This record gives sequence, C-alpha cells and structure tokens, in this order.
Amino acid sequence: MSDIADAPPLTIDQAIANLQQTDDPGLRYYAAWWIGRFRVNHPDAIAALLAALEDEQDRSPDGGYPLRRNAARALGKLDSSLAVPALLKCLDSSDYYVREAAAQSLEMLGDPAAVPGLLNLLAGGVEAAIAVPDKPHLVQPYNAIIEALGTLGDWPLVPEIIPFLDHDQPQVRNAAARALYQLTGKPEYAERLVEVLYCPDLQLRRSALMDLGAVGYGPAAGAIARTLAENSMKLIALKGVLERQLCPDDFEGRLEDYAKRFDPLSLSAPAIETMALMDSLL
Amino acid sequence: MSDQSDQLQTCLTAVEQADSAAGLAAAVAALAALKDERAAEMLIQTLGYNNPGAAVAAVDGLIKLGSPVVPLLLAQLDSDNYGARAWALRALAGIGDPRGLTLLLKTATDDFALSVRRAATRGLGIIQWEALEPKAQQAAQAEVKTALLQVVRDPEWVVRYAGIVAVQGLAMAVDDHSTIAAIEDCLQERIAADEVLAVRARAQWAVQQLAPKSAPEPALDEQTPD
Repeated sequence: MSDIADAPPLTIDQAIANLQQTDDPGLRYYAAWWIGRFRVNHPDAIAALLAALEDEQDRSPDGGYPLRRNAARALGKLDSSLAVPALLKCLDSSDYYVREAAAQSLEMLGDPAAVPGLLNLLAGGVEAAIAVPDKPHLVQPYNAIIEALGTLGDWPLVPEIIPFLDHDQPQVRNAAARALYQLTGKPEYAERLVEVLYCPDLQLRRSALMDLGAVGYGPAAGAIARTLAENSMKLIALKGVLERQLCPDDFEGRLEDYAKRFDPLSLSAPAIETMALMDSLL
Repeated sequence: MSDQSDQLQTCLTAVEQADSAAGLAAAVAALAALKDERAAEMLIQTLGYNNPGAAVAAVDGLIKLGSPVVPLLLAQLDSDNYGARAWALRALAGIGDPRGLTLLLKTATDDFALSVRRAATRGLGIIQWEALEPKAQQAAQAEVKTALLQVVRDPEWVVRYAGIVAVQGLAMAVDDHSTIAAIEDCLQERIAADEVLAVRARAQWAVQQLAPKSAPEPALDEQTPD
C-alpha cells in the first residue's frame, strides 16, 4: 500500500489508540481523518470510528459535532457492513455537516439499502429546500443527498428529483442533472452539465467537470478538454469518461471492479479519441 | 518604429498596466499571440505573478517561440519562486529542447507536485533528438529511458499515464532494439497490472501504435514453404 508508506509519522496502532482515547479531542479528531485517508481497514479502527459517531465531548461553538463529521467521512472509505446502519442513523443528526458526510459516505459504500433513509431528507420537495437563516447552507445537504440517490437509486426516484432541476442554487441543479442522467441514461440531463462548462463561474465549471467525469458522459469529452479550467481537473474528468467508454454497457458494478477484468483488445474509437484529448492536456 | 514594434510596445504596456487578474490574463494572451521573441522576457516575468490565467497564456506563447527562449527559461528555473519555476518548467517541457533535459529528468522523478512531474514527464517524450550529436543522443536517450521506466511506477495515476505517453514517444524516436524491447515489457506490465483502468488502456494504445515498429522479423522457418 503506497498510501500508507507516504503517511506522516503516525503508525496504524497509534492512530487507533488515539481514536480510542478520550482525553485529547484534537488527537482523536486527527486520528479519525488519518484512518480514513490511509484506509486503515482494521476491525479495531472501524469499531473506534463507530464509537466516535456517538461522541458527545467534541462540540463546536454552534453545537456541531466535529469528531462525528470526520468519523462519518472516514467510514465511507472503509469496507464494513456495520457502517451503513450507523451512517443511516447519522442522517437524523442535528448537525448539517454530519448529515452531509453521512450521505457522501453512503454513496461511496454503494449499498442501495440507504435509499429510503436518504429519500426521507427530501421530504417537502424543492419547496422545503430553502436556506437556514444566518447559515451558509440549506436546511439539508441536498447536493450530497441527490448525488447519492443518483448513484444508489433506481428509476422510481426520477419524479422525486426532477423538481430540483429548477432550484435557485446552481449546485443543486447540477446535482439533480447528474442524478437524473445516472437514473435514466437520457442525454438531455447530461447536456445540462455540458452547458455549465461554458458558464463564467470557474467554481461551477469545475463542479460540472467533476460531475461529467463521475457519470462518464462520453459526448462531453471535447467540451471538457476545451473548458477554461485547470488541466489537472480536466484530466480527472476525462479519466471518468474514458473508463466508462472502456466498460461494456451491460456492466453494472463499480468501475474499480471492472478494472480487474479489462480486456486489453477492446479499445473503441471513442476511447482512443478520449485518450488523444488526455494526451494533449498533460 | 515599424508596425510590429508599435504593436509589441502597446502589448507590453498593457501587461504592465493591467489592473485586474482577468485584464492581466487577456493582456498576456495578446502579447503571446504576437509570437515575437522580444516578448519572451516579459512572458517569463508574468509566470511569477501568481495568476494562472496569465501563466497558461504565457506558457503557450513561450512554447510557440521555441528553442530561442530556452536560455531565458533555464535562468528563470533558478528562481526561488516555486510557482514561477513550475510554469517555466511546463514551457521547457513543451518546447522539447535537449538543453532542458537534465532539469526535466530530475523534475519528472523528484518533484513533490504531481502536476509538475506530469508536465516534465510529458516533456521527456517529445525531446527534439535531432538537435544532439548521435553519440550524445544515445547517452541521453539511455538516461531518459531509465527515468521513464521509474516514472511509469509513480504513485499518481496521471503521472504514470504521462509516463506511458512519454515512453511511447521515446520508442518512436529510437532505433535501438533493446530500448524498444524494454519499453514493450514495461507497457505489457502496465496493461496487466496497473490498478487504474485508464492507465491500462493507455498502455494498450501505446502497444498498438508501436506494433509496426516492434514487430519482430518473421523467423526463417516460417518463411520456408512446406
């Protein structure tokens, strides 16, 4: 594991011990992040992260739970069947950022059992999706929820998500377009993200790049290569497009799993075009 | 003054007087578009302004100017400004002048920033070998081969991807069979074992493009009619 070799001077045992102790909240917070970052798939690490999700000690001035946020993020990077029920419970947390981290981690864990819990947070539909007074966020982490539903869900979710295409916030509209493309495969939704690549706001162009890469929308390859953004981000997006092009249409699993079965003779003309674009951005 | 000098002066002044990030980027792009070697010094200066839009335009302009700007770029690469060095290195990598080789070799294998390793690696695949004497060429190609066979094992996928593009470029440029065979082996290893699908596919495409070059002579017994 090259990741662990590059780690700062904290050993796996130390990190787990730091996460288990409760005297020093700072050490505990850092250990939770570290265990996720270096994917320490150890039963003791997972047990300690699950315990950290119940922590009452580490509180931010506005009543948030910083340690729980880090623990929820870390659990998304580890393989444990225990994580899904614990993260589903986090969706009811009073802390917005715990709910956001839980939704993102549930998406990464890829278990469709999370769909009903995520869908609950869309209660009230787009009318309820308003800002919290004096906070920089909406009442729910809509981007994370909608993206997770797009990844984990199935077509019956489509009518629940369509209204969010008209939300006031462009990030929410992007998340809805991305999810609807994943759920339906209809290009009209992915084309909405392609249009964002031409907008004047760099942050939005970057997020559309990441979305198009995540869904691997092939017809966007040229527009991705041309948009005004860092080559590093364009390369990541084109990698997503390429890997989808390399994968047969009937493959329904995670792309990482497909990598193991890659048939080296299967390079298609669109895949070669995408690689030529990537070469030009190095 | 000639029209060309007038234009140059106007563009240089515009860069000096730009008062916003977007304005500076636009002024640098206009200066770069002149393709005038007298703009090189100013283009290089803007690499240190911490303005990515301007730096991208300046790098493009410097690459178009090519070899004549290499000594100026090499001087810039002594600077303490990390950002400026990284941009200058991108320009150097894009030009492919062998005078930049030592630096590209060190950067491709050593730099801590993956986007800089990526750019230096790409540069190693597009060196203008004809600018070197045959003997120096062989020695330098051997060094580049050694470095690139290390780069294709970089921890970052995008650096490995660039490494594959670069070994393909090197294989196209050399005639030495043992070098081509070593590159083939390393590509086959990536196809079989890289953990990133995109990297495996790029290695496969490299093998396909190199096939006409690396196809072995048919063995004698196969040529003999029954």
